[in-house]
Amino acid sequence: MPVEYISRIRDLYLSLGYGTYKWTVNETPPPWRPLRKPLARCRLALLASGGIYCAGQEAFHYKDDTSFRAIPSDADIADLRATHFAYDLTDARRDPNVVFPLGTLRGLAQEGAIGALAGRAYSFMGGIYSARRVTEELAPALRDAVVREEADAALLVPV
Amino acid sequence: MLESAGISTLCMSSALDISRAVNPPRTAFLDFPLGHTAGKPGDPALQREIMLEALEAFTSLTEPGSIKMLPFRWSEDNSWQETAMRERDERLPRLDTPQYQSEEDRRLAEGTCATCHPGSVEER
Repeated sequence: MPVEYISRIRDLYLSLGYGTYKWTVNETPPPWRPLRKPLARCRLALLASGGIYCAGQEAFHYKDDTSFRAIPSDADIADLRATHFAYDLTDARRDPNVVFPLGTLRGLAQEGAIGALAGRAYSFMGGIYSARRVTEELAPALRDAVVREEADAALLVPV
Repeated sequence: MLESAGISTLCMSSALDISRAVNPPRTAFLDFPLGHTAGKPGDPALQREIMLEALEAFTSLTEPGSIKMLPFRWSEDNSWQETAMRERDERLPRLDTPQYQSEEDRRLAEGTCATCHPGSVEER
């Protein structure tokens, strides 16, 4: 049985004396755009919320940071860094592919399973407590960036 | 937002109940501990298998809001699930200055950008 995070977080916060977190619940059906061609001919963009940046870029801060980083899709995995306040970073720092599967996707593009990767992959620090700021600031900027990449499809990797 | 802009999307996930609440167009769920949404460290063969199974959902899922359950287990037993998100709040303090992985990163970022990869762009 998969872990029930919503009830565990509710119980944990209650036991610590915090208020109840208001979870986003989307009851209406999501939008739907079928793939227009096989994945082997698609350009795929990677977006990840695990707080990945490239050595040389400014790191995320932890207080509702609504910025994102554009990471060249040919970046050396060894140059990738992870910073976030709400998950154990040990394995992400050991092997960024576990939360930012850029190397994995590159391999599949080389194999021909994916047509191509977008020129840049995107990461942000997903521990943002203001849903409004995500909707108004981060999401539209990311959408515009991915549209500029001329991606056919996008893979979202949360933590 | 991406799907509405004409880009087909797939969300990986390791929190099934949260994915059900968010209800994105397509989800590929991997029952691994948080922080391992795309696999195990240092195991590229497994990462590749996981990714192939996940990407297959782009075509196999035909109902908006569907979830594909990926056929992988973190370990023989599920003992890691007992303690996940229980007992302690393990979050770090929400500091409002850049939190670098290392001091060297800070020097690279705050000094002249001679070693920045050409084309690496910082977006605000």
